[in-house]
Amino acid sequence: MGAIYILWLRELKRYVRSRAQIVASLGQPLLYLLALGFGLGPVFQKSGNGSYLQFLAPGVIGMTVLFTSIFSGLGLLWDRQFGFLKETLVAPVPRISIVVGKTLGGVTVALIQGTLVVVVCLIAGFRPINLIAIPRAFLFMALIALVFAGLGTAIGSKLQDIQGFQLIMNFLVMPIFFLSGALFPLDHLPKAMGVITSADPLSYGIDGLRGSLIGLSHFGLLTDLVVLCAVAVVLLSFGSYMFSRIEI
Amino acid sequence: MIKVKNLVKTFGEFTAVNDVTFEVRQGEIFAFLGPNGAGKTTTIKMLTTLMRPTSGTVELDGLDPQRKQREARRRFGIVFQDPSLESELTAFENMEIHGVLYHVPRKLRIERTEQLLRMFELWERRNEPVKRFSGGMKRRLEIARGFLHTPKILFLDEPTLGLDPQSRNQLWTHVKRLNETEGVTVFLTTHYMDEADRVAQRIAIIDHGKIVAQGSPAELKEQTKSDSLEQAFLALTGSTIRDEAASSTDQMRQFVKMWRR
Repeated sequence: MGAIYILWLRELKRYVRSRAQIVASLGQPLLYLLALGFGLGPVFQKSGNGSYLQFLAPGVIGMTVLFTSIFSGLGLLWDRQFGFLKETLVAPVPRISIVVGKTLGGVTVALIQGTLVVVVCLIAGFRPINLIAIPRAFLFMALIALVFAGLGTAIGSKLQDIQGFQLIMNFLVMPIFFLSGALFPLDHLPKAMGVITSADPLSYGIDGLRGSLIGLSHFGLLTDLVVLCAVAVVLLSFGSYMFSRIEI
Repeated sequence: MIKVKNLVKTFGEFTAVNDVTFEVRQGEIFAFLGPNGAGKTTTIKMLTTLMRPTSGTVELDGLDPQRKQREARRRFGIVFQDPSLESELTAFENMEIHGVLYHVPRKLRIERTEQLLRMFELWERRNEPVKRFSGGMKRRLEIARGFLHTPKILFLDEPTLGLDPQSRNQLWTHVKRLNETEGVTVFLTTHYMDEADRVAQRIAIIDHGKIVAQGSPAELKEQTKSDSLEQAFLALTGSTIRDEAASSTDQMRQFVKMWRR
């Protein structure tokens, strides 16, 4: 227990102290929200889909949670690089508590970051349908964070060098984001695209967020919930397994 | 305290550690010397549960570090060749994390943290993030941290690499003092022969994975009819230079240094 707590606290302290990074990481969602939200807004409206900002905000919130949580898992790369990983691996605690502490830390940070973006969205003019939308959205944010913290840990355990990071970024993280329906509706897609998007776990996360926040859901909230829980269990187990096999 | 018998580690075709046998007595300062790539770090990894031996046995304080991994880990502290601190956090927080990971009760943890940080002259700067520390300060902090959970054995893998003579001198003074006051057994590796000569009671020299000599500094000098340990070392291991290819880890380290901070 002590180990889980102290490693969770470490992630949190690292986050809170990197103020410049917090501000910087708000830049990207803000850009999407403003440039796309207001830029594509008129086109979206003309095609009879309503406000694009309303549609886009849950996608941008989901994107933030995706990036923050997957990077927290990939943070293992830096821990390996700067040596702190060794300090934890040689300690007399089970590896599972190390990975749990680290993952919970990553999830907490992703939720804080997600909350900041929710606030930014509200300032930009986004309006959720009602008040219970917010706690429901948090549930989905937490699930997205768990899924991708697990994936990040699995990859971070396997990857040996920082160069691999760019590869993961371009061929995994960005596709997960772009093919999730964060930016466009999943209805009436070409068939192949439809198959790909429904294989992307983030699609269910974004759909859950959108369903909770503006009442617009493609798969249905229950499906979203079940799929995300299942994927979270699988990826967290896989991540812990990969972590338990790290050798230094 | 440490018993190693017929220890072997092979990586594919390559035998890094080849039938090594030695013993370290309780309370002793034992130096494990050898040229680059001789098998020192591999041996330390096997002693500290980080690597499984291909064959042979290791006993730490009567425990097999592979079978009783966690019990064994509580009994030793280790200072790695490269840094293993969390540089975004402060010196005090680094000690705190270590204390919690090693199950040191809170009160004792705080007392010992103060005592050790004072001893290693870091107490005044305990609330500064480690990334602002000099190389010497970081090393001191790592060694202070290694002592925090009152280990029975402390492994020091080239702890003085890259330090100036003042820092090296001071560091060994502290290690010697803690060895005397707390009775901790010290197992160290170094490339500075004068250090080994000064602090170690016994020395083993390893080359090409095999132990080529063992004994007190005086015995080794006598055996090779040398005036200094350095000469004895060269007599035992030859004077050809061992080139280690820069590993991918080293290259990555360079890359990161370029891009981070």
